[in-house]
Amino acid sequence: MEILMSFVVGIIFMAATYLMLSKSLLRIIIGTGLLSHGTHLLLLTMGGLKTGAAPLLGEKAPSYTDPIPQALILTAIVIAFGVTSFFLVLAYRAYQELGTDNMDRLRGTEGND
Amino acid sequence: MINLPLLPIIIPLVSAVILIFLNKSIMASRWFSALSSLATIIASVILLQKVRVNGIQTVDLGNWQAPFGISLVSDMLSALLVLTTSIISFLCVIYSFRSIGKERESFYYYPIFQFLIVGVNGAFTTGDIFNLFVFFEVMLMSSYVLLVLGGTRIQLRESIKYILVNIISSSLFVITVAYLYSVVGSLNMAHISVRISEIGQPGIVTVIAILFLIVFGLKGGIFPLYFWLPGSYNAPPAPVLAIFGALLTKVGIYSIMRTYTLFFYHDIGFTHQILGVLSIITIIVGVIGAIGYWDIKKIIIYNIIIAVGVILYGVSVMNTDALAGSVFYLIHDMIIKAALFLLAGIVIAITGTSNLRNISGLIKRYPLLGWTFFISALALAGIPPLSGFIGKLLLVKGGFDGGSYWGAGIVLMSSLLVLFSVVKIFINGFWGIHRNYEGEEKAPVKWLLISPIILVVLSALYGLGSEAIYPYIMQAVETLMTPDIYVDAVLKER
Repeated sequence: MEILMSFVVGIIFMAATYLMLSKSLLRIIIGTGLLSHGTHLLLLTMGGLKTGAAPLLGEKAPSYTDPIPQALILTAIVIAFGVTSFFLVLAYRAYQELGTDNMDRLRGTEGND
Repeated sequence: MINLPLLPIIIPLVSAVILIFLNKSIMASRWFSALSSLATIIASVILLQKVRVNGIQTVDLGNWQAPFGISLVSDMLSALLVLTTSIISFLCVIYSFRSIGKERESFYYYPIFQFLIVGVNGAFTTGDIFNLFVFFEVMLMSSYVLLVLGGTRIQLRESIKYILVNIISSSLFVITVAYLYSVVGSLNMAHISVRISEIGQPGIVTVIAILFLIVFGLKGGIFPLYFWLPGSYNAPPAPVLAIFGALLTKVGIYSIMRTYTLFFYHDIGFTHQILGVLSIITIIVGVIGAIGYWDIKKIIIYNIIIAVGVILYGVSVMNTDALAGSVFYLIHDMIIKAALFLLAGIVIAITGTSNLRNISGLIKRYPLLGWTFFISALALAGIPPLSGFIGKLLLVKGGFDGGSYWGAGIVLMSSLLVLFSVVKIFINGFWGIHRNYEGEEKAPVKWLLISPIILVVLSALYGLGSEAIYPYIMQAVETLMTPDIYVDAVLKER
């Protein structure tokens, strides 16, 4: 199961990288969303995937799933959500102000626009 | 017992929340944020003395025992950095009153500023690797807002790149923590240190060490990963730039220092060698940028990169003298970079441009500004009585002792070129024919000069009083050199 999940994570990272290398800002944002998605799956896989037990450490439980990765993922999801929504608003505002979402045309400094 | 290490995080947090409600009245926001920054300074001074007298202070949040819950750990290094952060943030707030502008002030500038301090102080204090990520995000989220606040074209454009780089590095941070957790099965930094020394740093842990170097290097701006820094830091106004330049990259450096002395000290020949080579290249690239540009902001921004290299070089040598030099230089650099950026902000406020070719003869009308700039330039390069000297002396001594002659030589050479790059600003901007600038009368130079002058005086005192500060620095270095002190303080029952 862990090996299968590792492949899934790898494919998600691949897609995310492809999207982030494109020129359109919206695709880049979707790419970052996918990247954090893959990260969360990786975090879950790294904690070890066990089936058939609750993530609770009872005194006499015969088996349990490690609860820490799940707590970490919850935190990471909230942060990724906040950052992605901020990024989307910023992209929209930048599109209004600069009139383009093409990364090639967002280069340069004040002096040589 | 009071939870002293928490105070420098809680005070800015609570005042940020209150400041959101005070937003309608600008005068109230100003007074309140200045007072809360002052309270943070007082709390950090008390914390520093407590650490000096009683050793490392820890707080187990929610009363969960050390390896299980999140613990906050204030050793001497973090207490010193928290104090420096508080002082710089107070002075930047004072500077902001007359320079940041009504528009930004009424759009939540002060609350966001306090949230940034929450993130920075938290990152310096935390003793849990995932909690470090959370405080990084608090800091980054506030820095996004501060960077884009005002919404000019250049700010929007550079914010997009800055956010993108930081999202990728944050993802990488979580991935690295996941790997580390799957190898050692703990998130408490002291506990991780124990576990890694039990298994003796096999290859996989070295891979994780390099991943951490990439993550923190992206935040700190080391050689191949600094590419975003000059562009992004060019966009925001002076007080924001000062707080970014003085604090944000230093959080990355602190994290490298912490992880490379606490976790990954078993295979120094490999990991620290890579760090050493990269830091030397960072110095060289920074020097090229600092000399090449004719823009005040750009020159000082490239000086940040040089300082990053110099400090990390000391970490890579990893002996007592070099680390003491690094810590000395780290605090010196935070103070003097804030001063230089604030002074550059005054020059830009007077002349309306940051291009050196369009500025000259400022010293005729603003002698105090000129001399303050000159002293801070000397301090930056490390001319003896001022603050940069003792740090560089210890660094170079440690480098020679560690047998790394090339590295120490390049650090020495870089000082000269740093001096050249800032004196270039002085000669071109302050000497020469006096010009009249548009909007010159409106610039509140006298008020703006208060903060940089205090910083320069602090820098001079830091250099002259290094005899008195030395015991503090050595206490910090002792913890860095012998991780067991840190571990024993956190895991009490061991």
